[in-house]
Amino acid sequence: MDIEILSRLQFAITALYHFLFVPLTLGLSILLGIMETVYVMTGRAIWRDMTKFWGALFGINFAMGVATGITMEFQFGMNWAYYSHYVGDVFGAPLAIEGMMAFFLEATFVGLFFFGWNRMSKVAHLTVTWALGIATNLSALWILIANGWMQFPAGARFNADTMRMEVSNFMEVLFNPVAQAKFVHTVSAGYVVGSVFVLAISAYYLLRQRHVELARRSMTVAASFGLASALSVVVLGDESGYTAGLNQKMKIAAIEAMWNTEPAPASFTVFGIPDLKTHTTNYEVKVPWVLGLIATRTADTPVPGINNLVEVAKQRIKNGIVAYDALAKLKADRGNAALRKTLDAHVDDLGYALLLKRFRPDVQNATQAQIDAAANSTIPNVPALFWSFRFMVGLGFYFIALFALAFYLSAKRRLDTHRVFLRVCLWTLPLPWIAAELGWVVAEYGRQPWVIEGVLPTALGVSSTAPGNVLFSLLGFLIFYSSLLVADIFLMTKYIRLGPDGTLGHAVAAPFARVPAE
Amino acid sequence: MDYDTLRIIWWALLGILLIGLAIMDGFDLGTAILLPFVGRNDIERRVVINTVGPVWEGNQVWLILGGGAIFAAWPPLYATAFSGFYLAMFLVLLALILRPVGFKFRSKLVSPTWRTMWDWALFVGGFVPALIFGVAFGNLFVGVPFGFDSDLRMHETITLLSLLNPFALLAGLVSVAMLTLHGATWLSLKADGAPGARARAIVPYAALAFAVLFTIGGVWTSHMDGFRLTSALVADGPSNPLMKTVARVAGGWWQNYSLHPLFWLAPLVAYLGAAVAVMARKRPLLAWVASALVPLGTIATAGLSLFPFLLASSSDPDMSLTVWDASSSKLTLEIMLGCTVIFLPIILAYTAWAYRVLRGPVKAESITSDSHGNY
Repeated sequence: MDIEILSRLQFAITALYHFLFVPLTLGLSILLGIMETVYVMTGRAIWRDMTKFWGALFGINFAMGVATGITMEFQFGMNWAYYSHYVGDVFGAPLAIEGMMAFFLEATFVGLFFFGWNRMSKVAHLTVTWALGIATNLSALWILIANGWMQFPAGARFNADTMRMEVSNFMEVLFNPVAQAKFVHTVSAGYVVGSVFVLAISAYYLLRQRHVELARRSMTVAASFGLASALSVVVLGDESGYTAGLNQKMKIAAIEAMWNTEPAPASFTVFGIPDLKTHTTNYEVKVPWVLGLIATRTADTPVPGINNLVEVAKQRIKNGIVAYDALAKLKADRGNAALRKTLDAHVDDLGYALLLKRFRPDVQNATQAQIDAAANSTIPNVPALFWSFRFMVGLGFYFIALFALAFYLSAKRRLDTHRVFLRVCLWTLPLPWIAAELGWVVAEYGRQPWVIEGVLPTALGVSSTAPGNVLFSLLGFLIFYSSLLVADIFLMTKYIRLGPDGTLGHAVAAPFARVPAE
Repeated sequence: MDYDTLRIIWWALLGILLIGLAIMDGFDLGTAILLPFVGRNDIERRVVINTVGPVWEGNQVWLILGGGAIFAAWPPLYATAFSGFYLAMFLVLLALILRPVGFKFRSKLVSPTWRTMWDWALFVGGFVPALIFGVAFGNLFVGVPFGFDSDLRMHETITLLSLLNPFALLAGLVSVAMLTLHGATWLSLKADGAPGARARAIVPYAALAFAVLFTIGGVWTSHMDGFRLTSALVADGPSNPLMKTVARVAGGWWQNYSLHPLFWLAPLVAYLGAAVAVMARKRPLLAWVASALVPLGTIATAGLSLFPFLLASSSDPDMSLTVWDASSSKLTLEIMLGCTVIFLPIILAYTAWAYRVLRGPVKAESITSDSHGNY
């Protein structure tokens, strides 16, 4: 296999593994903060025990998140050396700031969360817990600023002397609209994962009439927090769709399997079978207007179709060739002002010329057939995106319904009498993970063939290391991660079965018992 | 601020981050190395583990931040070193991945097989990174075979075996001895009873091993071909490693020391730290502070000798990465400097607070009384 496929596989596998743990950390950290706040405000010991019990499960998950996260930070350099060189000036900064502003706080306070219960006042410990939750979310913010820039590379320009992208306006990198939309969407998804986790495990206890007091309270918290989060994840997912419509028109068109531009406002395809060969979608079921409203928020702006975008790409490739040619000559004649001017005039399309590298090294001499092939390579995998997106959105609406019902039952204090509902809650457990992972498939697979949208093709971002090395480490990570995942699920199941009493090593406090004042 | 000043500052910050890593993460790596030897039964091992249990995670962020800072401030170095040292990095990652799960999972089951397995996993998670970080540092002196084409795409012929050359292995052992010493003074401070006493007894041996190996390394570098810039210095030029010439000069790595005799303070601090750690081992806090000077002095010694080289190329010396041609843009360096000036003091403040909250030695009784809460 070639190094591009191996490197992409490795990134996909390690990132998807990492994201099994991250959303639960995001969601549970806030839920822990809420539970402990109730404890500190009411002084009722059962809420402290709830915080500790869910905290113990949080801890097992957190360890896996850290273990799989280390790889992410170093993988760019190991497998994506040219990418790291080409965009490190822009992309490295949010990662480093994440370490300084968020991860340091998170990692220092996670130790105090577990070991600080008897070493500080109630309020101090509560502060630690919230700091942990906030740091976790800040961490996501910076990672998504980095990822948002890959989708929408604002605030940077190409420097011919250093052969890389450099920051020109850091505020544009920071307040990138794509990053903002992705951040709120992603953390909300994490809150849904955390809420479903608590909801499902509490339902498991209620079904077995164990730890009823703790489970009922946990379920109430999860239902209200989950409902708000599930609403937010869908609403802000729509925001993501809008921002993608600004810049990643091809991604939107591919998600919709919309081959040709429709008259505005475009309709939304609920169902269909996209056919890659004929560039058509069969058996379509369409809802008028909806896509046009999501992607453009107007009734009169058309949403461009895939075939039309390919034509745009052809033109950009031709422009890019002019830039590439000027750059090649400039390397031999660095003082030439005319060449610099030509490059500057066409530099926005330089990335499109790089798409030709797959077909020939001397991009300047590309034939029309090669240009057409390169333009066609800008179409991502339409069926994969079409279906991933629909499953994700379907699940999103399902979560809203589930949490709304849980909220209603909990307000009526009838949670533990509906066994069917409790069973549904339990069986929902894996679904938010599936939705979250599909979200990344849509975001990242939908950006192909680009690693940085419009700037650097994925194939060029790889390292020059031997493909055997990448294959070896890929297999190594796969085996290693999978064994750890087995241990993780084993421990999780064991402690969930053991229940709060066994996990804490003492009986959970009675519902109205108070902790004596300090 | 000038581009060249910013580059010097970021070179110093890189050193500070590595020193922070070696001091803070260093003692828990050292503790993990000592774990199977100073803890002879389960409860003793739990004492050892719980001395670092609450803090190791924060310490490891020095590594994550180090990686992030190299990415942000020295992208060509990040790209070249991490992909060039591919299999070595992979081994470090595997070893480091064992740590979070090792700490968290080990005491969650009572089975002795399970616990012993994780004890050795934690040992590997301490020993392998300590060794490989040293090996990587050693290779900065030896140089590694890499170069670039005109797109600045790297080509290299680095193999894991070529990284394990005699000098680099010696540097790896220096690192292991240094971190074992630092872990031993930590345990002597934080582990109550037998494990602490055993660690205290190890201090003189680890210090002696460090001093001997460090001296051999120093003498060895004086006989090596060092790298020196031969073209006119352009300190504020573009970050493009194709615009200079470099020669290999016998004794080149000692030239900075003959130019600036004050630099000799760095190795002096390392020796002094080791000596005080031994002499003051009955006063554990002082001994720990002294052993923290050892990584400070050692890394400073190496850095001052290598300056301005970040990663020397043995195959295309002209294409070596230096402080002057492997940095980020001026704007990025400025932004990152601003962030560091704001956040580093805050980090140090809450880290200090966390250690204050957790002060005092870990006792066997406190582990048994809250067996579920402790690792």
